[in-house]
Amino acid sequence: MKKLLILGAGTGGTIMANKMRALLERDEWDITIVDQFRTHYYQPGFLFIPFGMYKKDDVVKPKTSFLPVGVNIIFQEIDRIDGMNNHVLLKDGISLNYDFLIIATGTRVVPEETPGMKGPLWHKQVFDFYTIEGALALADFFKTWPGGELVLNIADMPIKCPVAPLEFVMFADAFFVERGLRNKVNITYVTPMSGAFTKPRASKVLGNLLAEKNINILSDFYLERVDNVKKVLVSYDEKEVPFDCLVTIPVHKGDPLIGRSGLGDEMDFVKAHKHTLQSDHFPNIFVIGDAGNFPTSKAGSVVHFQADVLTENLMCAIENRPLTDAYDGHSNCYIETGFGKGALIDFNYDTEPLPGSFPFPGIGPFGLLKETRMNHYGKLMFRWIYWHILLKGKEMPIDSKMTMAGKKM
Amino acid sequence: MAQKVIAGVTVDVTEEGYFTNPAQWTRELAAEIAKEEGVQLTDKHFDVLNFIRERFAKGEALTIRSVGNSGIIDIKGFYGLFPGAPMKKAAKVAGIPKPASCI
Ligand SMILES: Cc1cc2nc3c(=O)[nH]c(=O)nc-3n(C[C@H](O)[C@H](O)[C@H](O)COP(=O)(O)OP(=O)(O)OC[C@H]3O[C@@H](n4cnc5c(N)ncnc54)[C@H](O)[C@@H]3O)c2cc1C
Repeated sequence: MKKLLILGAGTGGTIMANKMRALLERDEWDITIVDQFRTHYYQPGFLFIPFGMYKKDDVVKPKTSFLPVGVNIIFQEIDRIDGMNNHVLLKDGISLNYDFLIIATGTRVVPEETPGMKGPLWHKQVFDFYTIEGALALADFFKTWPGGELVLNIADMPIKCPVAPLEFVMFADAFFVERGLRNKVNITYVTPMSGAFTKPRASKVLGNLLAEKNINILSDFYLERVDNVKKVLVSYDEKEVPFDCLVTIPVHKGDPLIGRSGLGDEMDFVKAHKHTLQSDHFPNIFVIGDAGNFPTSKAGSVVHFQADVLTENLMCAIENRPLTDAYDGHSNCYIETGFGKGALIDFNYDTEPLPGSFPFPGIGPFGLLKETRMNHYGKLMFRWIYWHILLKGKEMPIDSKMTMAGKKM
Repeated sequence: MAQKVIAGVTVDVTEEGYFTNPAQWTRELAAEIAKEEGVQLTDKHFDVLNFIRERFAKGEALTIRSVGNSGIIDIKGFYGLFPGAPMKKAAKVAGIPKPASCI
């Protein structure tokens, strides 16, 4: 029996298990997937939790519900990959051999990277919403908060879903307006980037939206530490920002197992080819999603587009053919803008987000780079699509390659 | 594409002054550009500039933190060498395009 081993049963690992089980003969190929946790989190749902729009139950399901029959599932922490000998060592000492390996171990937030972040105010006045614990603690805090300085800070790039912090402040604006508290809440968006977003046209549109909503932007702020006594953020060049409630997007890193295996960069992201998704170190190791050092968004939509390319290239590698498919950096994000509206951006490695309509030119139904009600429904629908279509690796009416059709230059 | 004459040499740059062809870079040009940014280059600066150019050549992402983790200098020291916006200033002096933080 030949062996395909998948590390991580999150979005990418689950999709690949489904796709590859459908393609590889059962009597020739053994497929095994390993993850440390039994629960699958719908991470985009974390954004809705602090505002009481989703509860915990809306974002959790058992991982096993999404994995196909004929795939071995092991729940155990992975210790390291030994690429020279084609095996993976688990924490309990078990060793697994493979012919091909897919790394889908994602990224995690590391508040410990920033001095003072996990200090006495952690989950009291300093919150993250990128973990279920943080999102729930913040929901509790907001229930009785009388108002004050609400500061959102991005500690560093890259982060998962780079629009989520923008959505957060726009939701916060709507939330406090509806509570009649907006005049008591001052909202500031503090970012290490030079504007609301990195790509110029989207940055301008989104920056204007924030200004309309009376949300302040402080750009080029690179966080050094959190001072729990003075309740201020301090940057490396000694700028200070006071807060009563700090919502932080902590530094992101890959899993430490990547570093231990010698396959990553200094942030433990797997070094891999941005088009073929093959590891820089071993031709029988491939990477999907947040775990890679790909210069595009760390997002579920990226994982979904990469899955098509990876399936193709993995089949090429298995059949000893040159890798024929190339991932173009395609990413596609709904952006919640509050009050029942949303925006949508679609871009790749070379083309920045542009205005237009999506996915059907001139028709939509979604509008690119503008606020519409339909875009908001798109985001809400995404949760259903995620659980029922995306994870199962089924076809969607969106091409994995970005298209210029429907976009206006 | 814009061009700029630095120390008597014509180089291709963007409107913001970032090189579009890193091969046109020399140490002498670096010293001139640094002066425009109010920075006097030392050996330490060149260690950092070389690291940045190597990483860029390999197509790897560049962030302040990646420089801070390089073993050459920490983040505070990087701010000390290129005050204000170290990554942008260092990229300009190193003769590489403006680093776009990944999105
Ligand atoms: C607040 C928030 C909002 C978001 N909004 C959106 C959105 O609107 N649209 C969008 O497209 N994306 C969004 N995302 C991003 C999206 O959720 C992720 O990009 C996507 O889930 C990444 O999939 P992945 O397979 O790479 O990693 P994950 O799904 O995170 O899976 C990684 C898995 O690996 C396992 N693992 C890691 N290390 C080990 C180890 N050592 N041993 C065993 N198991 C291990 C983990 O337990 C985990 O199950 C959002 C994310 C967040 C946090």
